[in-house]
Amino acid sequence: MPETIIEIRNLSVWYGNFHAIRDVTLPIYRNAITAIIGPSGCGKSTLLRSLNRMNELIPGVQTTGEVLYQGQNIYAPGVDPVSVRRRIGMVFQKPNPFPKSIYENIAWGVRINGFRGSKAELDAVVENALRQAALWDEVKHKLHESGFSLSGGQQQRLCIARTIALRPEVILMDEPASALDPIATLRIEELMQALKKDFTIVVVTHNMQQAARVSDYTAMMMLVEETRTGTVIEFGETQKIFTHPSDKRTEDYVTGRFG
Amino acid sequence: MTSLIHDLPARKARSTDTFVRGVLFIVSLISILTTIGIVFVLLQETLYFFSEVSLAQFFLDTRWTPLFVSRRFGIWPLVNGTLLVSFIALLVALPLGLLAAIFMSEYASPGVRGWLKPTLEILAGIPTVVYGYFALNFVTPWLQKIFPQTQIFNALSAGLVMGFMILPLVASLSEDAIASVPYSLREAAYSLGATRWETVTQVLIPAAFSGITAAFILAFSRAVGETMIVAIAAGQQPKLTLNVLESIETMTAYIVQVSLGDTPQQSLAFRTIFAVGMMLFLMTLIMNLLSYYIARRVREVYQ
Ligand SMILES: Nc1ncnc2c1ncn2[C@@H]1O[C@H](COP(=O)(O)OP(=O)(O)OP(=O)(O)O)[C@@H](O)[C@H]1O
Ligand SMILES: [Mg+2]
Repeated sequence: MPETIIEIRNLSVWYGNFHAIRDVTLPIYRNAITAIIGPSGCGKSTLLRSLNRMNELIPGVQTTGEVLYQGQNIYAPGVDPVSVRRRIGMVFQKPNPFPKSIYENIAWGVRINGFRGSKAELDAVVENALRQAALWDEVKHKLHESGFSLSGGQQQRLCIARTIALRPEVILMDEPASALDPIATLRIEELMQALKKDFTIVVVTHNMQQAARVSDYTAMMMLVEETRTGTVIEFGETQKIFTHPSDKRTEDYVTGRFG
Repeated sequence: MTSLIHDLPARKARSTDTFVRGVLFIVSLISILTTIGIVFVLLQETLYFFSEVSLAQFFLDTRWTPLFVSRRFGIWPLVNGTLLVSFIALLVALPLGLLAAIFMSEYASPGVRGWLKPTLEILAGIPTVVYGYFALNFVTPWLQKIFPQTQIFNALSAGLVMGFMILPLVASLSEDAIASVPYSLREAAYSLGATRWETVTQVLIPAAFSGITAAFILAFSRAVGETMIVAIAAGQQPKLTLNVLESIETMTAYIVQVSLGDTPQQSLAFRTIFAVGMMLFLMTLIMNLLSYYIARRVREVYQ
């Protein structure tokens, strides 16, 4: 049995009065890739953003239930969301590098998280992160140029690099390749496979083939019709979800008969 | 058939368009012509002035006494007075305005922001004459309690009050600059475990730097051009001093003094106000251009 790193229990999220997701209960397994799939608007991003408390930056968000990270509820009183996000990093749909140099894009996060080493040690951290994000060879000669000077796919790998530079345990990715061309997408997928041995990855994707290709586990989300509230209707090994789903709606969705 | 039906309304809309465009064109022409007229008169009178007083006298002399028998035309005492009061005002307005902007855009709940912004705008709408008397009747006596050597008219009181007058401008423009930083950069910072303060000071302010700088320059230009407060509270003694507790005179206050006084219109003494006005105009023009140029650059970065 794989080891659980995050245990989601009865999670519900409201935006003001709007009940966006309801009663989600789901395990996230360590050193595996879990895909969250489902039709647009069913709450995939909402669920993902609840896993490192990014959601509460939006005014009017209310969350109930528990997200146990290594046994501890990250929503318990007294838990600092800043320390949660440091352990559970996030990569966004649209690459969002800082308007700083490539080097600084990575060094900044490291520094604000209390890095007190020498310049040479920081250089090594930056280089390692870039290597691990498969970007080093492309940028090593221009580390001090702006992050905006990179292509979209390179920018996204830079964002991944700055996240892994902090050595989080979990990386949340919200459609990380949907703004990229097929080649850049493939590189991100290869990267995810390579990162799996050091990190746990949760990825939201619209792309069924991508979910089938990269993930080990899949959570299928769906809207409950009357209230337009989303929830997880099925979870299991990706292979099983795609070949023998137990829920008719999952079958319709993964075979493209729906959404 | 159908083409007839479609033609009629289209032609009507086009003629309304032409009419509106014409009206707008005339209105903008009037405002441009007015500006040109003002600059022309200013230039003409300034040239008359400089046909009698040399540029060397104007820029090299250190005394400004055009209304006295021993006439001297050194502009620096007035520039000094203007800059002294402006710097005091900026010392108040820039930090407080920036903090207010940060608070409004990053810390305040929508409810608090909902009343704070209008309140600041009301502050900006108070007539400056009220600020002037506030400086003279409240701030100066209070300063005199702390520093007994404070004169009735002084740069400090006028500068402090002017600072509060331009604070809303700084706050509002800086808030616009900070708020226009894409939300995705905030997400990036928070997702890396940054605190709110780290995000503000190390991501948002650098990203909004051009916009904030433009706001600061505009505030400076506003302070340099402010008239009523200094005319009421700062005094009428052109002096090359850095002592903020003394009476000084700014360029704007000098213009008020002469235009309200009994100086004959065609005299050289009267023409000084155009030379001073030209100096003032050039200073604020340069600053406004600078601020416009900087603000435009920031927009280019994020498109
Ligand atoms: N900031 C917000 N304020 C109000 N409602 C929101 C907000 N963000 C999302 N919602 C609503 O919550 C529901 C779920 O949104 P969410 O973005 O989680 O869906 P999603 O599954 O990620 O969709 P997509 O596949 O289009 O990205 C939607 O109905 C959406 O309109
Ligand atoms: Mg989404």
